[in-house]
Amino acid sequence: MTALRGRLAGNPTIDQVRSFASAHRSLAIVAAMVVAGLILPILAQVPPFSGFQSLDVWIGGFSNAGVFVLLALGLNIVVGLAGLLDLGYAAFFAIGAYAYAYGSSPFSGQHFPFILMLMVGALVAATFGVLLGAPTLRLRGDYLAIVTLGFGEIVPIVFLNSDKYTQGTNGIGGLYKPEIPGVEFTLLNPWPFYVLMLVIVTIVMVLIYRVQESRIGRAWMAIREDELAAASNGLNTVTTKLLAFALGASTAGFAGVFNAAKLTLVSPDQFGSTVSFAILAMVVLGGMGNIWGVALGAFVIYTIQIVILKQLNAFFGDNHIPILQDINFVQYQFLLYGLALVLMMLFRPEGLFPSQRRKRELRAHDAAATESEAVAAMDQA
Amino acid sequence: MSGQPGVPDDTPPVEVLAEKALVEPEDIPREVLAEDAAAVLATAASSAEAGTSGLILNATNVTKRFGGLIAVNDVSFTVPEGAIVSLIGPNGAGKTTFFNIIAGIYDPTSGRIAVRDRTMVARPIRAWLEPVLWVAPAVVVGLISAIVVAAANSETIGFLGAAVTLAALVAMLLSAIARPDWYQRLLLRLGIFRSARPNDMVKAGIGRTFQNIRLFQNMTAEENVLVGMHIKLKATLIDAMFSTPRNQREEAAARARAEELLNLVGLRGVGGELAKNLPYGDQRRLEVARALASDPSLLLLDEPAAGMNPRETSDMMALINKLRTELGLTILLIEHDMKVVMGISDRVTVLDHGERIAEGTPDEVRRDPRVIEAYLGAPAS
Amino acid sequence: MTSVARSASPASAPSLIRRFRLIGFSLIGIAVYFLILRLMLGNTGTATQQVANALTLGAIYALVALGYTMVYGIIELINFAHGDVFMVGSFVALWTVTSDPWFQAIGLHQTGTVTALPLLALYLLVMFAVSMTVVGLLNVTIERLAYRPLRHAPRVAPLITAIGVSLILQNVIQIIVGTGDRPSPKIIPQDAFPFLGAEIRFVNVFIVVTALILMYILTLFVGRTRLGRAMRATAQDQQAAQLMGVDLNQTIAITFLIGGALAGAAGVFQSQYFGFVRFDLGFNAGLKAFTAAVLGGIGNLTGAVLGGFLIAFVEVFAAANGQQRWSQAIVFVVLITVLVFRPAGLLGQQIGERA
Repeated sequence: MTALRGRLAGNPTIDQVRSFASAHRSLAIVAAMVVAGLILPILAQVPPFSGFQSLDVWIGGFSNAGVFVLLALGLNIVVGLAGLLDLGYAAFFAIGAYAYAYGSSPFSGQHFPFILMLMVGALVAATFGVLLGAPTLRLRGDYLAIVTLGFGEIVPIVFLNSDKYTQGTNGIGGLYKPEIPGVEFTLLNPWPFYVLMLVIVTIVMVLIYRVQESRIGRAWMAIREDELAAASNGLNTVTTKLLAFALGASTAGFAGVFNAAKLTLVSPDQFGSTVSFAILAMVVLGGMGNIWGVALGAFVIYTIQIVILKQLNAFFGDNHIPILQDINFVQYQFLLYGLALVLMMLFRPEGLFPSQRRKRELRAHDAAATESEAVAAMDQA
Repeated sequence: MSGQPGVPDDTPPVEVLAEKALVEPEDIPREVLAEDAAAVLATAASSAEAGTSGLILNATNVTKRFGGLIAVNDVSFTVPEGAIVSLIGPNGAGKTTFFNIIAGIYDPTSGRIAVRDRTMVARPIRAWLEPVLWVAPAVVVGLISAIVVAAANSETIGFLGAAVTLAALVAMLLSAIARPDWYQRLLLRLGIFRSARPNDMVKAGIGRTFQNIRLFQNMTAEENVLVGMHIKLKATLIDAMFSTPRNQREEAAARARAEELLNLVGLRGVGGELAKNLPYGDQRRLEVARALASDPSLLLLDEPAAGMNPRETSDMMALINKLRTELGLTILLIEHDMKVVMGISDRVTVLDHGERIAEGTPDEVRRDPRVIEAYLGAPAS
Repeated sequence: MTSVARSASPASAPSLIRRFRLIGFSLIGIAVYFLILRLMLGNTGTATQQVANALTLGAIYALVALGYTMVYGIIELINFAHGDVFMVGSFVALWTVTSDPWFQAIGLHQTGTVTALPLLALYLLVMFAVSMTVVGLLNVTIERLAYRPLRHAPRVAPLITAIGVSLILQNVIQIIVGTGDRPSPKIIPQDAFPFLGAEIRFVNVFIVVTALILMYILTLFVGRTRLGRAMRATAQDQQAAQLMGVDLNQTIAITFLIGGALAGAAGVFQSQYFGFVRFDLGFNAGLKAFTAAVLGGIGNLTGAVLGGFLIAFVEVFAAANGQQRWSQAIVFVVLITVLVFRPAGLLGQQIGERA
């Protein structure tokens, strides 16, 4: 696809078509999301899915999955597009959520509109992304990993320990639900949240896609390929990475605000390092760098985690399958995550739904491995 | 470690980096360093006299040590505007290290390099003070707001105060990264000097290629050139996200220019090929095209004809000449191929063991006994 | 490669002087720490106790940090699973003491302390031997299965694998023993001797002394033996070392073996000092130990030890001031601050490259 584009460059008509096609690409995303949004409820009413849980529970589950899709999209910007390993991503999720708690709850006495709080939450999260990233992005990549891990640890700790401001372990409850004219959001009706989630995810996907195709996306790719060469060609690597960091953080902020409004509760234990690792697993398994791959991966993994594992327990238990019936799959889920991560990296590092480009990058190491073995072989000869 | 992205190829030999522990103090006399510092600070600001000397590059007493090993020893060197200058010397003479210093990858141990009479590269002066500068405004604002908060004794004011302090910190951090003019002037006023980073050198009009080709392998030729054009493109994040007409226009124009540059270096129609699939000679040309994309006035070419057969070599020589005559570029090149050096250079500088041993026109240098000795060894007596 | 003139600088200081400098600075550091605590707490005895605690904790962190830094130095990988192999080591120590049939045969399946010195020494020896061997071999196996195939992959791949291994280890142990604290019998008598107003337990002394001995053996190994030299060479330049005849696989395996063994020893300390083990203590301890390694300059052995003690000092300081729950946050802030001013860590080597 890219090759074709390259060959057609320079022709004015083709350029017109191409910019139209880019706009089309965004339309394609919207169309796909509309279709998905319509199909999912239908699927949920089809056996065997209809037997697992009621439609309302499914729809509520889809909304939750949507939160993780958003988180995965955001982490994908940082890890997949810019190549920065962020191991404490849930911190930004927490910041967005608590921002909403301060903006729209009886506890804080404020009641700002939901849409505004979406922006505010994203902005606050982005600010912290900048605060964390600015001093640390010039460090070696591995140091960044440990710093983000540390950050991911202490943000929940801060929320936990600041009892006066955050009510500690109890969290802040009674958050106001979104108010959109004409739509009533209640705890019992999952549909408004479902539709709202679809809208938010679609918008975010379109925006991210466009950024990926712009010169900023190219800059990220260049930095991933060869940071020194990128800098030597004029890229301010620190600013570019920081932008990825901030964008990723603001996406998590969106997710945090939505999640808080949906659950009407924020508490520190929602944002532990397990969440960060789960999102990382989704990004890795889904296909780093590929927007659709990551979204699909998050959706699939979340659904598996919440629904399928339970069903496996029930299935093996009810049918008394030896050995398997004794395994509590739900309890084992992180073991499965771990195994999945290891196996993925060993055998299919580009993820389940990779972008072609990533596949090329990640497979290149096979060539290098052969070279090194040749050196070792020479030595033995 | 060699071979890894992000590390220049000219890493010091194994036996020297014996201790990764405390670095040995360097025994350059303090007075020399102090005097150097004064000169650097005096000439670091861009001023009205910039560019009057006609020298695009002026290196003064540049020394670079890695621990106990001197890679570049007191080298002084000028490049007049519009000239083609070659830097030659036996392997390991320090040429690429010197290049890397010019390009802003290494800080010199002492000495300085001026681009159009403005010192851009030198040993850092009082670098430790810079992080203090980042937090200082936040500390001041924080203290003031603490006083205000204590006086007002209101929680909202408290939050406001915290928010303002945070904003001050973020603003300073972002300035530190973007380095606008006022920030750089402030640094100099405080006696802080930091060498230009590689991307700053690109902005100052210096482009470079690498000894071991460092293209973005998994990107197309066109994309490689587009990355090179990064600093010339002005579209912002918002432009990208909303696919504004400005963004589309700029992208179309950029692709057109990329095509022009590819044609210029003799890579017509190759834009859609992945860089890693191009034949070796084409890859070298592509690197030149990428370096040209930023509209430099000085081009650093590190062994542009390495590994080429005679036909390719003369093509490269023709290209280099074309760059001077048609584009008005100044060229500084490292080369081993004497045909190239003697054929196109106006001036030649010879390095051996990190020191400059000769300088002059190609003919003068060819006959210089010290040069002959360096290349061929001392005559048997 | 570059072959250039040597500078005329004097020969580097003999390592003996450097060693004395190190010991001297350490003693001064400890003394300063003690004085600060004394000032803040107002009581010499408490201050001494805290210093003892800090030194003990530091010894444990230092041993784990060494494993991190050695592995990073040689293959530039953050081995996230390292904290968890330390946790496994503590469980192995627990099981050695409580369920080893050989121990039981002697009739002393331990729920209490052992007072007879020779018997105590024997038990401890066995605990160390078993734990260090098991964890060392576990580490080697992990490397062989999960990291070696990815040796040339982009940096992010083995990192993610390491996270996966960490999750696997944690959850396997969790499935076997459940989620709570598992008490570990402390077989070392809890006798104490008075010193500067506090009662210093022998356990503390034992841990610090043993840890120092292990570190010393490590420096001897890395500095004087052929394999140690191979390790250092590989850390500098993998390809060149290979071309000099170094067996890369063996060298890396040995690095993991030693790192694992040290973590195993730290695991014994954990079970004996704290008296409990838990499936997730690896994550927290690992995070702190890795912070320590980065703080000291990753890849630098002395730095890892220094970092380990520093982190412990900070943590105990916070606890002594009643801010126990903030200790993690404080450690993190310390880390960031150091990295801002010294991006390569306290003792890390700055090559002066900026890109």
